[in-house]
Amino acid sequence: MSASAFVVIAIVTVAGALAAACLRKLIHAALCLVVAFLGIAAFYFLLGAEFVGLVQVFVYVGAVAVLIVFTILLTRREDEDDVGFNWGGVIVALAVFGVLSWAILKTTSLSIAPPAIEALTVKRIGQILMTDYIWPLQCVGVLLTAALIGALVLVMEEKR
Amino acid sequence: MSPWIVDHLWLVPAVPLAASLLILSFAGSRSKGAAALAIIGQLIALVLAVAAFIPTLQEPGWRAFHNFTWFTFGENAVRIGWVLDPLAAAMLVMITLVGLCIFVFSMGYMAEDKNFSRFFAYLSFFSAAMLGVVIANSLLLLFVCWELVGLASYLLIGFWIHKPSAAAAAKKAFITTRIGDLGFFFGILWLYGSSGTLLFYDDGKGCLESAGLLAVGASATFIALLIFSGAVGKSGQFPLHVWLPEAMEGPTPVSALIHAATMVAAGVFLVARVYPLFSLGAVDGVTPSLTVVVWVGVVTALMAALIAIAQADIKRILAYSTVSQLGLMMVSLGVGGVAAGIMHLLAHGFFKALLFIGSGSVIHGCHHEHDIRKMGGLRRVMPVTFLTYAVGMMTLSGVPLFFSGAWTKEEILHQTAHWPRSQAPFYLMLAGVVLTALYMTRQMIYVFFGNRRAAAEHAHESPRVMTVPLIVLALGTIALSIVVTPAWPWLHAYLSGEPARFEIARLIQPMLFVSLALVAAGIGLGLLIYRRAGAFDPLERSQPALFRFLENKMWIDELYAHTVIAFSRTAAVLSDWMDRYIWDGFVRAFGSIGQAFGILTKGVDERGINAAVDEGVGSARGVGRVMSLWHSGQIQTYLGAVAIGMLALLLFYVWLA
Amino acid sequence: MTPTLTLFLIVSAALFCIGLLAALSRRHAIFILIGIEMMLAAANLNFIAFWRFGAEPQQPTGVMVAIFSIAIAAAEAAVGVALVIAVYRHYRTTNVTKLDRLKG
Repeated sequence: MSASAFVVIAIVTVAGALAAACLRKLIHAALCLVVAFLGIAAFYFLLGAEFVGLVQVFVYVGAVAVLIVFTILLTRREDEDDVGFNWGGVIVALAVFGVLSWAILKTTSLSIAPPAIEALTVKRIGQILMTDYIWPLQCVGVLLTAALIGALVLVMEEKR
Repeated sequence: MSPWIVDHLWLVPAVPLAASLLILSFAGSRSKGAAALAIIGQLIALVLAVAAFIPTLQEPGWRAFHNFTWFTFGENAVRIGWVLDPLAAAMLVMITLVGLCIFVFSMGYMAEDKNFSRFFAYLSFFSAAMLGVVIANSLLLLFVCWELVGLASYLLIGFWIHKPSAAAAAKKAFITTRIGDLGFFFGILWLYGSSGTLLFYDDGKGCLESAGLLAVGASATFIALLIFSGAVGKSGQFPLHVWLPEAMEGPTPVSALIHAATMVAAGVFLVARVYPLFSLGAVDGVTPSLTVVVWVGVVTALMAALIAIAQADIKRILAYSTVSQLGLMMVSLGVGGVAAGIMHLLAHGFFKALLFIGSGSVIHGCHHEHDIRKMGGLRRVMPVTFLTYAVGMMTLSGVPLFFSGAWTKEEILHQTAHWPRSQAPFYLMLAGVVLTALYMTRQMIYVFFGNRRAAAEHAHESPRVMTVPLIVLALGTIALSIVVTPAWPWLHAYLSGEPARFEIARLIQPMLFVSLALVAAGIGLGLLIYRRAGAFDPLERSQPALFRFLENKMWIDELYAHTVIAFSRTAAVLSDWMDRYIWDGFVRAFGSIGQAFGILTKGVDERGINAAVDEGVGSARGVGRVMSLWHSGQIQTYLGAVAIGMLALLLFYVWLA
Repeated sequence: MTPTLTLFLIVSAALFCIGLLAALSRRHAIFILIGIEMMLAAANLNFIAFWRFGAEPQQPTGVMVAIFSIAIAAAEAAVGVALVIAVYRHYRTTNVTKLDRLKG
């Protein structure tokens, strides 16, 4: 796990996230969100969770970001691209960040180097998913189906 | 090596449940497929129940259970499971068999109903919940299924939702049983607190086994009484019996299923199941909690039998009779005759279901007339119903030899006679036997003998789909008597875990003659009193002598009403008085204190505070304006507030650490 | 030198707060969605980091939680997007300051 890779990924991710949160144009923000998500996926690779990194790319970049782009297109109105900014939120967010990092830095037991581990193979994840986690897996399947149906119901044209 | 069925006992309730869900999901509102599905589900459950019954036969007192961890929190694991023993197996077979007959009968009875499918979905659901109660090896699982039974009974009693009386009856049943269940729940908590487990049997660690009972110790009396309060509610015992007769608003198959074979039996079953808690620390088989059970049973049995004499609704007579019989079972459990009580429960399940669906057949034939005074002479037009009903009537009355109910009742009387504490319950139960024979005779005469009155004129026999279950149940009632006689007390031995011996000599006992005499007295009295009811006059009103007598009988019923009303009126007057003088006095006292204070401060007020108050009000208004900004309806503001709250928690936590 | 757990946690805290910023400050409903997704991703990063640096990396509990969390986030995004569209249809706006029906 190299430090230089960490620094690069961290800068890209945080910059992407900041841009996604602050850019004026919605569509630009959505594209920056993709960058941030890719950065997080890179973190997963760095941490040795390749499978989660791939899932992150597929789900967040491939599905969620695309969904958001589509929503932007569907709800687009020229006069509404920029509708103001609430500075109170910045203060709250900064305060939360301050306290969180203070708490993290204060906890000395966290400054540890990663132990050496053997690689977590997809095969092993699959085995665990199909044995110990089979019920949560089924539940998630049901949840996704329910979410899909719920989303459909929500966006269906109201009958008049 | 335990049999396959032990590990898969959950299938017995799961199959009807699946049937219920399938019907609810897929069937149209009036599909024949719904009934077929429900009946197939019940049939599979019956086959499984028989499969479960077989291994329990191999040796006396055989018991097997299967426990597993439901979930863990911290170091505590909540474990549930199911148990198979003679008690559970016998109940399973009885419930599934009687249930099957009732399901088939419903196909005919409910054929005209526009919510035909929904009815069968509820019936299957009910059956599943009840089977769950029976197999539960954990008081928690039992309680869950117990509440599901309550829910199912609510749905079924209120099945005809368009009838306000049905909706009210369903509500009443639900709420009344809930009162008892509250006590039951406290009992469960207490039991868990003192024994640390809710499993009944767990290789010596369960709460009904020696180690668990040792941990419960002296609090067993209170726990048992709290659990008994749940049983009182479910089984319609005094003083929570009020819901049961009202529950006759439901369709007749529901009455048969709920009030004969299953739901009301759940209370008796519960007491039998946790019997070790009741009998813990017994001296001579007597404990305080069991004594309470006996007296509650005695009061219920006699009171309900008396009321039954004065009822006109064919189903209400049976309802009160059920209450009375359940009281009898409670007495039996209380005096230590667990096996006798359960035997009567099983026999009762058969013959009362028979009577209920028989009454359903009568009601169906008489175009939904419930009043027995408007029937009469039906024995010629409804021969099958008449014969099967007669079997049920003789079983309930306790006519000896061929009818199972007679033997089980005799067994209970036998047990009661040997109760060491008091002989009073025994004599009161003998009176109950006479009364039972009397009201059943009355009902028979009114419905089947004499002239055909208004509702009976166009009566017709029910279709085969309704009469076949009647015949099956009647045969079952008679067949059951083979295994309950004192000559070969196989069922008794099976339930109490002893080997059975065949001894023809024990068939004839002094008690047999006593009960024979009592039943004869009851039936004879009934004939004497009611023989003229149908013979001379079709309309009861023109029978002055009979009418007066009925009035007198009614008078007993009204006595109850009067005492209850008088009591509540007294209570109302009392609370009104308390309200007016005691609580109101308090309030007034406080008021006058305030008044005095007001007079005191008025002076101060007028001199100079007024101005300050005005100032204060102005600033308060300013604060209010600021505060109202928070209730802006803006979701982001609310989210921000949540974030700040989280921040505060975080600060607090870090500061603590 | 290798990065420590602290650094990962700081990055994830930063991502979380940026998400919070987007959810709190931006007026467009889609930004709230973006913010929530970002906060969820930050939480996932924490799970993975704690798994990697934790005492028992052989037991991939953190990875499992992250996988399930991603699935749930996907469901949440679908419903959230549908809600935004439904709100847009109903009020003809995506400006959350104009949605004040909760006002007391």
